[in-house]
Amino acid sequence: MANMSVNILGTSFKNPVITASGTFGFGREHADFFDLSRLGGISSKGLTLHKKDGNTGIRLHETASGLLNSIGLQNPGVDAFIEDELPFMKDQGTVILANVGGGTLDDYLKAIEKLNHTNVDMIELNISCPNVSSGGMAFGIRCLDAEKIVKEVKAICTKPLIVKLSPNAENIVQMAESCVKSGADALSLVNTFSGMAIDILKRKPVFNNTIAGLSGPCIKPIALRMVHEVSKSVTVPIIGMGGIMDYRDAIEFIMAGSDLIQIGSGNFINPTLSLDVIDGIEMFMNEQGIKQLDEIKGCLGKESFFN
Amino acid sequence: MREGFKSLKIKSNLEISTGIFEIKLQAKYEKDIKPGQFFMIRGWEATDPFLPRPLSIADVEDNYLTFLYEVKGQGTHLISKLQVGDTLEVLGPLGNGFTLETDKKIALISGGIGIAPMFYLLKNLDAPVDFYAGFRSAVYWMDKIESQVTNLYLATEDGSAGHKGFSIDQFNPRDYDLVLTCGPVPMMKRVLEICEGIVPVQVSMESRMACGIGACLGCTIETADGIKRVCKEGPVFKGKEVLL
Repeated sequence: MANMSVNILGTSFKNPVITASGTFGFGREHADFFDLSRLGGISSKGLTLHKKDGNTGIRLHETASGLLNSIGLQNPGVDAFIEDELPFMKDQGTVILANVGGGTLDDYLKAIEKLNHTNVDMIELNISCPNVSSGGMAFGIRCLDAEKIVKEVKAICTKPLIVKLSPNAENIVQMAESCVKSGADALSLVNTFSGMAIDILKRKPVFNNTIAGLSGPCIKPIALRMVHEVSKSVTVPIIGMGGIMDYRDAIEFIMAGSDLIQIGSGNFINPTLSLDVIDGIEMFMNEQGIKQLDEIKGCLGKESFFN
Repeated sequence: MREGFKSLKIKSNLEISTGIFEIKLQAKYEKDIKPGQFFMIRGWEATDPFLPRPLSIADVEDNYLTFLYEVKGQGTHLISKLQVGDTLEVLGPLGNGFTLETDKKIALISGGIGIAPMFYLLKNLDAPVDFYAGFRSAVYWMDKIESQVTNLYLATEDGSAGHKGFSIDQFNPRDYDLVLTCGPVPMMKRVLEICEGIVPVQVSMESRMACGIGACLGCTIETADGIKRVCKEGPVFKGKEVLL
């Protein structure tokens, strides 16, 4: 019988499937459709120190097998999260990641300090949101910028610290190494790719910010390659994501070196997609005689006579 | 616990006017579906198009759900090609519908495909209703509407049927206790201006949606009361709330 559980950073996940930040709110909407305790974990909507209304104008634009979004970290702020959302999330019987992003270095530090005093399980530091003008991805492009923020956050963070990487980093492997060197306990990758779309009738960008974040199955091959490369260069746990739509995609990310995976845009096209992925992984493990996911994690390059 | 997407068989899928389709699905819905609510709909396999399409409910009968849709992009184009016996994936009903009131004199104002939720709304209104329907040119569903209303004011922008111009040219807000509207934003904006301080309005908003259930925050609009989700707090809002 397959055992899907994964232990990293002293925390036990009942299965490797986490719902990705910004695609699952604080779980309330999806809780209408399924029992959230079935999930390995939930990463909260991206939190900032203060409440944010997000971006104006069009926020979504569908593309071939994916979508561009420019939500802009709309969230109630970390205090309201702690007061109104976290108790609900912690009641769901799954691991809770607080995703923190946006603003100045000082804002990040103040938000983390507040979360230190809660029962949130882990921090996912978002240095990869392309949709906010300050903070966000600004820290996730050049290694030196990332090192500075990760070091400062690590110095005060009392929770396990996952750093979420941007695929827009100048060099994803060097970025990963920089973050680990600066104190990241784990890495999650990838956030959305910078992209854009043009309204040809108006002769203007679709989005007020011009640039938006691309996600969905269209990014999967690139995301998978990045996870593969990063996993070979660092030893910390990796949470892989990017266009996972079914268990096969999830298994690919695990074989590329992920300890855990996240489901993002897939939550949009079907609210119960993450359950299908969990069931599919279990079925695959049973069919293939895999007892623990460790047996296939990063298995590329290991010789086998069977396929 | 709510049901996720489910497959429904297509009973008919007819082009009732150029580019306008009426699709009827075999379905038995135990729970109430409120006028103005919507469903997320997908009529294709795989991931392109990526997102399901939001369609407001046009009619509910014992064994059928009806939707009215305009072919606008790839998704509605694919749905329009589906045949009797094919299946459609649907999630819903979603969102909040119109707030129904009785003993009032009510005006319904629709523009173009904004007529979609109006027939089912009419069926659920226990009040005398005047209907103001505007179209660019071709007119549809008037036969269904006509028998249900006290007065029907029809207008087309090219004058091919009814009054030439806008349906609201003939509308006086002082004649009514409540106005319910669905249509293009410029039209609804005009309705709100005309009705301001005279009669309460409910508007059915449209927005690009991804999840349809309130999680992605992609469909938000600005309101007097802060940012709201069209899919969750809407799609029907109080007129005084929305900032068009």
